[in-house]
Amino acid sequence: MEEIVQSFFNAEIAEAAMPIVLAGLLNTILLSLLVVPLGFLGGLILAVLAQVRNPAVRWPLMAWVDFFRAFPPLVLLVLLFAGLPFAGVELGGFACVAIAFFLNTGAYYGEILRAGIESIPHGQVEAARSTGLSGLQTMTYIVLPQAVRNVLPDLLSNTLEVVKLTSLGSVVAVPELLFQARQAQSVTFNATPIVMAAVIYFLILWPVVRLLSRLENRAAAGRG
Amino acid sequence: MAYPIVAAHGIHKHFGQLHVLKGVDLEVEERELVFVIGPSGSGKSTLLRCLNRLEEPSSGSITVAGIDMLSPRTDINHARQHIGMVFQSFNLYPHMTALGNVMLALRKVAGKSRSEAEDIAQAALERVGLADRAHHRPAELSGGQQQRVAIARAIALEPRVMLFDEPTSALDPELVGSVLAVMRSLRESGMTMIVVSHEMGFARAAADRVVFMDHGLIVEQGPPAQIFETPAHERTRAFIGQIRQH
Amino acid sequence: MNSWNRFVETFFNAKVMAKYLPDILYGTVVTIELAVLVVLAGLAAGLVLALVRSLAIRPLNWLIIFVVDLFRSLPPLVIIVLLYFGLPSAGWSPSSFVSTWLSLALVLMAFAEEIFWAGITSVAKGQWEAARSTGLSFGQTLIYVVLPQALRLTIAPLTNRTIAITKGTALGTVVALHEILGMASSAVSNSYNPSPLMMGAAAYIVLFLPVVVAARWIETRFAWKR
Ligand SMILES: Nc1ncnc2c1ncn2[C@@H]1O[C@H](COP(=O)(O)OP(=O)(O)O)[C@@H](O)[C@H]1O
Ligand SMILES: [Mg+2]
Repeated sequence: MEEIVQSFFNAEIAEAAMPIVLAGLLNTILLSLLVVPLGFLGGLILAVLAQVRNPAVRWPLMAWVDFFRAFPPLVLLVLLFAGLPFAGVELGGFACVAIAFFLNTGAYYGEILRAGIESIPHGQVEAARSTGLSGLQTMTYIVLPQAVRNVLPDLLSNTLEVVKLTSLGSVVAVPELLFQARQAQSVTFNATPIVMAAVIYFLILWPVVRLLSRLENRAAAGRG
Repeated sequence: MAYPIVAAHGIHKHFGQLHVLKGVDLEVEERELVFVIGPSGSGKSTLLRCLNRLEEPSSGSITVAGIDMLSPRTDINHARQHIGMVFQSFNLYPHMTALGNVMLALRKVAGKSRSEAEDIAQAALERVGLADRAHHRPAELSGGQQQRVAIARAIALEPRVMLFDEPTSALDPELVGSVLAVMRSLRESGMTMIVVSHEMGFARAAADRVVFMDHGLIVEQGPPAQIFETPAHERTRAFIGQIRQH
Repeated sequence: MNSWNRFVETFFNAKVMAKYLPDILYGTVVTIELAVLVVLAGLAAGLVLALVRSLAIRPLNWLIIFVVDLFRSLPPLVIIVLLYFGLPSAGWSPSSFVSTWLSLALVLMAFAEEIFWAGITSVAKGQWEAARSTGLSFGQTLIYVVLPQALRLTIAPLTNRTIAITKGTALGTVVALHEILGMASSAVSNSYNPSPLMMGAAAYIVLFLPVVVAARWIETRFAWKR
């Protein structure tokens, strides 16, 4: 018991590692603030393009989305980080994370938003078009606001996954929470900093998980 | 001399294999109220939706208020300001208030300022008797009130023609009267209207002309009394008989 | 033309590819083994937790909810790192395979439990009452009446979530697991050539793209009615 406390909940080490870990937390927050809007934007573009009925647009788009749903984000990240330099393109870890997330999480946001858009009755579009609104105006003012509301739980759930996914940044030396914790661990030879990181993730994301769980169960009960 | 404000000639519409409109000719004069009746599936809705090009006709020509609706050079969004449409299912925007519903196209299509659009929208709601419901969401309104907001949304743009596609069919019987009253006052103000509906009483009282459609064609047309009392065609007679029984 | 040749020569170098093909194939086998074990364990554990939860035993339910929330909140990579680097000081040194498998299985378990539970609660109360009124037991009602309806609702979200979590097998590379990405990465540093990485990427596509396409088909067949 004593030994477990010493190696996982060591107060001395926790105190020493705190500034390092907190610096990581700050970067995780900043990273999330970058990649969530970026992925959402990517998804928005995909979802709106998916409304084009032309098969020349539709099929490549679906292939694009399925490709990135099939591709592990870490592999994408490593490909950008370790592969691109051979083509003479040297991007930092941070830029690689941004691009990988734009592509990967964009595909997920895109699928969610597409489902949202398709949940809006066609009469809404017709009413808007009958008053002279253009296709893009109809999308912006009528369809998207309702679509986003309809799939809010799914968007939130995906955003939770995106925030968790920022931990991949540690693999390409982005000093986010997990990276900093591992640095501290390798210096102290003690698992306490990693436990700290886990606790921080849990404390921050638990309320979101609770909220989601409620929304999901309410939606399920409503269907019954 | 009155010239037709709506002139549709030789309208055909195919949905894949299905031939829904088989060469419809319809002219409507300014201030005229034309009533369109016919069995379900005869193509009434499709015809209305071709007039403002929500549906693309397969062939034919359509002019509304002097605008060639089918020309690729026509800015269709701009043209649609001149043709209001009211739907069976209201299609109000649920995420906006009644006022917001009416204001949107005023701002984004007609390019009015916020305060100007608000004044016009408020006046339009007043015309349909709902000034006091301006800040309610559609979900907080009865079906009849929702449909009147939908009418306000269309007339706020000062259209030259109004299209009504079964505006009262989705309403509980006790709410139909309020919508018909608004339509009647619109008619009295001189609005040109094309109305698809089964409200025979309204047709008798307000229509200048009744058009009977079946299987994608206009079978016959004339003043309400003539169509209802002495129809020339057997199909018209059968249809009117059916409606009477309800 | 020249630069195109150089590009192909660099990223799709035949000699390098031939040399490291066995490594990538080995990694592919590891990835498949890991993925299958994660899916089996995760789904089974998730279903068991959801069934236990339907018994409505208060303290047990709180525990289940806490465990589920925990593994939905933590990034899988954090769990893997914690198990692999942390557990040895507690006296158990799981291999990189076991650490990765256990972490991903726990995460899938948590998500699967939520989805199964949502499915079970979505079946109307009247169904329970009707079944029980005909004399079916609690267990019989669950198995013959409720689960068949619930599973239909769960199949699409469950498939998507399972794919997303199974792709996480690549995370094992962080704890030196010799799966596809791990093998490809070390081949790149040994050969100073990115071709093995391209092979690895291709292997992932070959493994997962058919599953994603199948999932899309399933989604349209068993769509959640929203
Ligand atoms: N978008 C569409 N796609 C395919 N068929 C359609 C479409 N809209 C209408 N139809 C068909 O066209 C015919 C006429 O429909 P409609 O104009 O709605 O008739 P009405 O309004 O007179 O009841 C019907 O057979 C209907 O099924
Ligand atoms: Mg109709």
